[in-house]
Amino acid sequence: MIKPLEDALAPITDGCLLAVPREVAGVPMAATRALIRRGVKRLHLVALPTSSLQADLLIGAGCVETLETSAVSLGEFGLAPRFSAAIIAGSITMKDATCPALHAAFQAAEKGEPFMPLRGLIGSDILKHRPDWRVIDNPFGNDDPIVLLPALKPDVALIHAPMADRAGNVWIGRQRELATMAHAATKTVVTVEKLHDGNLLDDPVLAAGTLPGFYIAALALAPNGCWPLSLPDYYPADLEHLAEYARLAATPEGFARYLEQYVHERRAA
Amino acid sequence: MSAVQPEATFRDEELLAEVIARIIGDVRHVAVGNASPIPATAALLARARGNGLPYVSLLQSRKHNFFTDGGRELFDCAGQGRIDVFFLSGGEIDGEANINLVSIGDYAHPKVRFPGSFGSAYLYYVVPKLILFRTEHSRRTLVPKVSFISAPGTSADNVYRPGGPIALVTNRCLFNFDRVRRRFSLASVHPGHNVEEIIEHTGFEFDRPDDVPTTIPPSQEALQLMRGVVALQLAEVYPQFAATVFGASSAHSR
Repeated sequence: MIKPLEDALAPITDGCLLAVPREVAGVPMAATRALIRRGVKRLHLVALPTSSLQADLLIGAGCVETLETSAVSLGEFGLAPRFSAAIIAGSITMKDATCPALHAAFQAAEKGEPFMPLRGLIGSDILKHRPDWRVIDNPFGNDDPIVLLPALKPDVALIHAPMADRAGNVWIGRQRELATMAHAATKTVVTVEKLHDGNLLDDPVLAAGTLPGFYIAALALAPNGCWPLSLPDYYPADLEHLAEYARLAATPEGFARYLEQYVHERRAA
Repeated sequence: MSAVQPEATFRDEELLAEVIARIIGDVRHVAVGNASPIPATAALLARARGNGLPYVSLLQSRKHNFFTDGGRELFDCAGQGRIDVFFLSGGEIDGEANINLVSIGDYAHPKVRFPGSFGSAYLYYVVPKLILFRTEHSRRTLVPKVSFISAPGTSADNVYRPGGPIALVTNRCLFNFDRVRRRFSLASVHPGHNVEEIIEHTGFEFDRPDDVPTTIPPSQEALQLMRGVVALQLAEVYPQFAATVFGASSAHSR
């Protein structure tokens, strides 16, 4: 099950519906750079529920056809420049959402249910631009409109975690949405910082934070795999690098230089 | 504060945090989203005064965040009424408290694109004390009508809505929001600012009493808490903010 990174990413094919996590859950950036190097195309990218550098990079590199998420931002480094430029140019299709709608749609998929109801949303222009979302009258209420969200079932969930064992069990700790993503997706591809000797499910303390290998299609080692973002509890973000990204990505030429320097040239170590 | 206030011994950020802490009041759980150092200061100040209550969840924090069930737990909590106070902002906010976090211009061909709506299209409906916060008080941000409604200020009577906006805090003033009248009213003007200036820089109509009070400055007790225990807690998530605001101000004014 443990493969070289490029081989592990094989299930992520052109045009597939790819789910990726928010920044605090650990973002698989080494895998993202490998996908760009391979030249993946026409992704329907779903960021649960938001994204930062990862979506901006994939969009700028021309890998994304449709983006579905609640927000893309570089946080304290400002707006996500390639995302904003692509929206303004109309070069990607945007499906704006709100965070709990994406969580709920993944939960519907992990339960094998066709949809999930959600409060809020009525009167928002998000709903107006989502013909795939419906409003019904709550069958248990009386004149009580409520939104239904269709299940969101990714072809592939791509995640990063602190460790895995040789049986393919992956320790995700408290980042529970990684479990939701893996439960919902047809296939899950994981990169990890390191291998754990022994079986994670043998220790009840570790087992509670473990995603069973049953859900995992492919696994690769990627030490420091979230760089330049952080893997919370393990290492911080590389702020200097993120500032450089924000500066370069402000123009198409600068972004091309960034790709040349940090994505196509493989980093030492 | 501005030059009009020769005796000012606090910074704008400290005043705004104190204003927000007063609005938070006596509640059980305050949650603070991303990129919100001043609301985070206010929540931690309220907790410091309340000897550990309210519970404070800073979503970007490891230490001041007790969620263990993934990103959905915040929203599940809010949906059940377990979050009393939350904060939202907007690229644009209009006079009916509609907020826009998406784009300016036609949605399909916008002139400006913001990050996106985050959790606003849910939390704005279900959190009882939703405080709007926007430091830039200008006709660019406070507009007659938003280009895109990420979340509406009010809803039709048959729409489930236990929560919604109660106030808007800016760098110039505090507005209260009346959900029945669907209008803001000017509650107080911060020291160094005046009503004419508020009218000039606000793009929407609002109510105001004949005599608008001046915002009460933060007390010495509040300043000491903010510059002490709160600044230390804040530094985990907002190191730069904690250093520039509280490091500098404590050196100048003690």
